[in-house]
Amino acid sequence: MQALYAQLLVGLINGSFYALLSLGLAVIFGMLNIINFAHGALYMMGAFVAYFLLNLGGINYWWALLIAPVIVGIFGMILERTMLQWLAGLDHLYGLLLTFGIALIVQGVFQNYFGSSGLPYSIPDQLKGGVNLGFMFLPIYRGWVVIFSLVVCLATWFLIEKTQLGAYLRAATENPTLVRAFGINVPRMITLTYGLGVGLAALAGVLSAPINQVRPLMGADLIIVVFAVVVIGGMGSIMGSIITGFALGVIEGLTKYFYPEASNTVVFVLMVVVLLVKPTGLTGRAA
Amino acid sequence: MSALTDDTLPVTPRAMRDEMIVFAVMAVLLAVVPFTGIYPFFVMQALCFALLACAFNLLIGYGGLLSFGHAMFLGTAGYVSAHALKVWGLPPELGIVAGTAAAALLGLVTGFISIKRQGIYFSMITLALSQLLYFLYLQAPFTHGEDGIQGIPQGHLFGIFDLSKPTVLYYVVLAGFLGGFLLIYRTINSPFGEVLKAIRENEPRAISLGYKTDQYKMLAYILSGTLAGFAGSLKVFVAQNASLTDVHWSMSGEIVLMTLVGGLGTIFGPVVGAFVIIAMQQYLAGFGQWVTVIQGVIFVACVLLFRRGLVGELAHLLRRSL
Repeated sequence: MQALYAQLLVGLINGSFYALLSLGLAVIFGMLNIINFAHGALYMMGAFVAYFLLNLGGINYWWALLIAPVIVGIFGMILERTMLQWLAGLDHLYGLLLTFGIALIVQGVFQNYFGSSGLPYSIPDQLKGGVNLGFMFLPIYRGWVVIFSLVVCLATWFLIEKTQLGAYLRAATENPTLVRAFGINVPRMITLTYGLGVGLAALAGVLSAPINQVRPLMGADLIIVVFAVVVIGGMGSIMGSIITGFALGVIEGLTKYFYPEASNTVVFVLMVVVLLVKPTGLTGRAA
Repeated sequence: MSALTDDTLPVTPRAMRDEMIVFAVMAVLLAVVPFTGIYPFFVMQALCFALLACAFNLLIGYGGLLSFGHAMFLGTAGYVSAHALKVWGLPPELGIVAGTAAAALLGLVTGFISIKRQGIYFSMITLALSQLLYFLYLQAPFTHGEDGIQGIPQGHLFGIFDLSKPTVLYYVVLAGFLGGFLLIYRTINSPFGEVLKAIRENEPRAISLGYKTDQYKMLAYILSGTLAGFAGSLKVFVAQNASLTDVHWSMSGEIVLMTLVGGLGTIFGPVVGAFVIIAMQQYLAGFGQWVTVIQGVIFVACVLLFRRGLVGELAHLLRRSL
């Protein structure tokens, strides 16, 4: 049973990353109509920024949680201003191709300087150790990742669904021209939205640094799984992304325990099943 | 949704004549390669990728469907052909048939799963499906995991042509490429191709005209996958191995890049793009990961500055369809 709970926890952690990343993809897709292929690369950048902050600037994990998403978010906003904005009105596919190119550049540069091996990032002192819950041993850091991710996801949901700013955002997603006519600066909102989505990816990167090590290709395979998550859950609803992300993480964790050979593929297999049963995905909106 | 190619010229007798002339020039140039001292291995490899890119282009350039998983056809056909030749000991022609048939079957299955979703979702689904296959091949015993299938016997095609001789192999690969190219060209200019273009331009309208667009897209997808598989089977004889590289997502990305560089929706673009990218990889092989960076830069530059690609820009300049 110990092993089962341990895999469930790993599943919840992976689910946290799926949720944070698919949430960012959904927010970006809503405003920019772009599937951000660079999301995995920016997730990786988040982890690397945390690594640099610690090893070059002596800035600890807690500050990195705040600073890394801001730095990567600003990098993302520069990308949006200099490149992505020129794609408005073109076929969606060009956004995918452009961000795929950006991902290749970012990953290639990091791979060139840091190879493919992982760099260690130690768990902050306050979160070291673990507690015995009776039925399992819970490493504190892992519990922290799950709870903190959940809080960030819900905060993002609240920001978009329940605040004035979020209302503008949702309105601009539906009809940018009309929102613009009300005197709201839509292009700036688009830039900030991209920054927000990218910042969430970077945050996930910082969270994963002590668990998965810091590697140039850490986001490359992850982003494909997240795409499958997005296909399953659809990008229409924020809460849908969060729930699908966590749920698929847990299912993957269970697979690791019951049938480890399929743990790499289970999310893709589920995607196939969902598409066969319901071609429009779980949320049901036609593409 | 705005069209991928903004200036589609109608097919006129003059355009057909132009294309035939360019095709003849291309065929002659390729036919004299063995007499020029150019390393034939390089050209053979480029020809396989050129056919692959043409097959991919049939789907995106004429059907408007961006498959981000076309490496799965290349890799699957490669593995099946390699296995058939090495383990079952089949002759080359049957090895090619086996690989191509496997790709066709894969196209049927994955097409059934993915074709109902449009645009961006279709791309994500094909990418995820190819990743699924990647992991399956990583674990399946017959693919030999990280090592791949190596030392594949080339044999005698139809019992006559000795494929271990580079010149013979070259002409066989060239014949395969030209055959595949002509098949795609014929498809594009057939009534079927015209319907595909109509679907690309405006799918709801095509539906309202009574076309069952899903069936047309499905057929185009299977045809594209089959031809990509054919290219993969040919490549087995050139490289004499089948490995995981051919199923990896980065390979799918390279196929997209070749077509984009040459020109989406142009007839000769994918061929030019394949030669450019393969040549670039050859010359920059010593630069390690910078090759990936350069590929990324080319992607960005193509999308932002040269959406028509090399051949597309040329055709636009000459006001011809190429």
